[in-house]
Amino acid sequence: MAALSQALTIERVSKHYGPVRAVDDVSLTIGRGRFVTLLGPSGSGKTTLLMAIAGFVAPTSGRILLDERPITPLPPEKRNFGMVFQGYALFPHMTVAENVAFPLRVRKVPRAEIARRVADALALVQLGHLADRLPKQLSGGQQQRVALARALVFEPSLLLLDEPLSALDKKLRAELQVELKELHRRVGLTFIYVTHDQEEALSMSDSIAILRDGRLVQEGAPAALYERPATRFVADFLGKSNFLEGRVERIEAGGFAYRVGSARFVQNGPSGELSVGSEALVALRPEKVMVLGEAPADPALNILPGTIAAWSYFGSAFALSVDTPVGRMQATVPAWRCPIEPAEGRPVQLAWSAEASVRVVAD
Amino acid sequence: MTRASTARFLGASLPWWLLILPALVLMLVFYVYPLAEVLWISVTEPEPGLGNYERLLTSPAVQRVWVTTLRICVITTVITLLCGYVVAYALASAPLRLQRWMFLFVLLPLWISVLVRAFAWVTLLRRQGLINEALLATGLIEEPLRLIWNEFGIAVGMIHYMIPYAVLPLYASMRDIDPRLVPAARGLGASRLEAFRRVFLPLTLPGIIAATVLVFIFSLGFYVTPAILGGGRTLMIAEYIKLQILDLIRWGLGTMMASTLLIAILLLLWLMSRLVDIRRVFGQG
Repeated sequence: MAALSQALTIERVSKHYGPVRAVDDVSLTIGRGRFVTLLGPSGSGKTTLLMAIAGFVAPTSGRILLDERPITPLPPEKRNFGMVFQGYALFPHMTVAENVAFPLRVRKVPRAEIARRVADALALVQLGHLADRLPKQLSGGQQQRVALARALVFEPSLLLLDEPLSALDKKLRAELQVELKELHRRVGLTFIYVTHDQEEALSMSDSIAILRDGRLVQEGAPAALYERPATRFVADFLGKSNFLEGRVERIEAGGFAYRVGSARFVQNGPSGELSVGSEALVALRPEKVMVLGEAPADPALNILPGTIAAWSYFGSAFALSVDTPVGRMQATVPAWRCPIEPAEGRPVQLAWSAEASVRVVAD
Repeated sequence: MTRASTARFLGASLPWWLLILPALVLMLVFYVYPLAEVLWISVTEPEPGLGNYERLLTSPAVQRVWVTTLRICVITTVITLLCGYVVAYALASAPLRLQRWMFLFVLLPLWISVLVRAFAWVTLLRRQGLINEALLATGLIEEPLRLIWNEFGIAVGMIHYMIPYAVLPLYASMRDIDPRLVPAARGLGASRLEAFRRVFLPLTLPGIIAATVLVFIFSLGFYVTPAILGGGRTLMIAEYIKLQILDLIRWGLGTMMASTLLIAILLLLWLMSRLVDIRRVFGQG
């Protein structure tokens, strides 16, 4: 049903409220038909940025372009963007069908065509049978679908979604994530999705832009961000990480060796501006830590002895907290092939290869 | 209910009934009884029958009073609602801290005697009043405008008095509107005006109905303001009743007008109760 999807370019956009920089010099290009997520904690400026794209917030500086055409001065109603608000913002005095017909009515679409397109849009979200209900008679998930149908029915040039799933319970959220992604594939429209939920961002997006304090911290495909976070914040916000703060001892081809307290580790990957004696920060995902009963013989592995301080069982995995000479480390081990029997106080050996961890910038 | 449980029920609730008894007696003696008396007089004085009520159809004087009253009340209600809507909108969209101050200024007139306010309008509107003097001094007019002792003066005074009564129910209905709805409408392609007309206005409809009926009913019974600002030349019902009973001692006619007014108001209230939830109008719920 979507006609032509368009690309959006955000050029050095800032929004200041007095001394507060809600959005601070953000540039971002969102390609046609992509599913892009703006991810950040509350107060990171992601919603302000979305509102600037939608036209509800005028940027203090910078431009927003839709296929080379600047849209910054246009009011929201002239932008032709579909929008799903947090809490859906369905009109309580209109039925489901009237809600979906609203964008067509204000566009003076002929009556017969409205009826046809509303029916199509409701069929798209499988709600045809509820057309005559009032929003308050629907469940949260159904309301969310009505909001989607309403935002898509007028064939917008892109779809903006402001935490559309945050009000729903966990199971329903997971279902609707799948549905939304499927819908995205079917309509082929550019989706710009705002959320603070990193799992949601990872599972749905083609690309994630991580915001913090109004600034764009890092942008890229979910796997790239997860595997190669650039900063401590990204490594910590997107998934979990252990952090090793050390001092560089030796620079080698393709990596460097560093020391945390009395423990020595090696790290693969570019050493960049690091030199011997400078501080290095390394992030290590809990699932990339091996937990062993005895120290492995492989000299290429980083090895760290410790004792289990706490553990919990999640069916699929054990989550272990291990006290080590360099501080407490988190490790996640698949439950079906955990090489040790977890018990509090039990001594273990943690091991990871030099390419399992990643150097990040402290911020 | 068995006898035992009836006794238990009475036993449990009797103390509460005793508590409201004084108020009940007060109501019966000083409110219900005189009202019944008014109704009784209207069908017995000067002779038994519906003779007094017949005048509604036959007496041009009575009809003129009704027409004048209704006209002033309609004008007052329409203008009060327009002004009240704007004030309520400003209130509802102001930041919370500012809202408290705005509320104070909306409610302030309610704490000033209606008599004081009517005389304040007299000093402003009369021939040598502030407004006429100022307009004359600037040369905008050559003759003083007739701003008082006519329907215009009455309407000004009544609108001023009634605005808080319109603001409160309107504000209550606006406060309940999800603040995202109007932006949502605009995001979906509606201009500011259209978003207001199709979304905001229909959602305030219960408030509008409530405010209309409230203001209209209050306006029907106005006495002091029309008496002072009308200067005796424009008669509204309340003043007409007072004239009949106190000055002309025509109790039958006076009580008939009073009864008709009461019945009209009860009818209006009943109509409103069919259209909106009355408890919400007065701030509950």
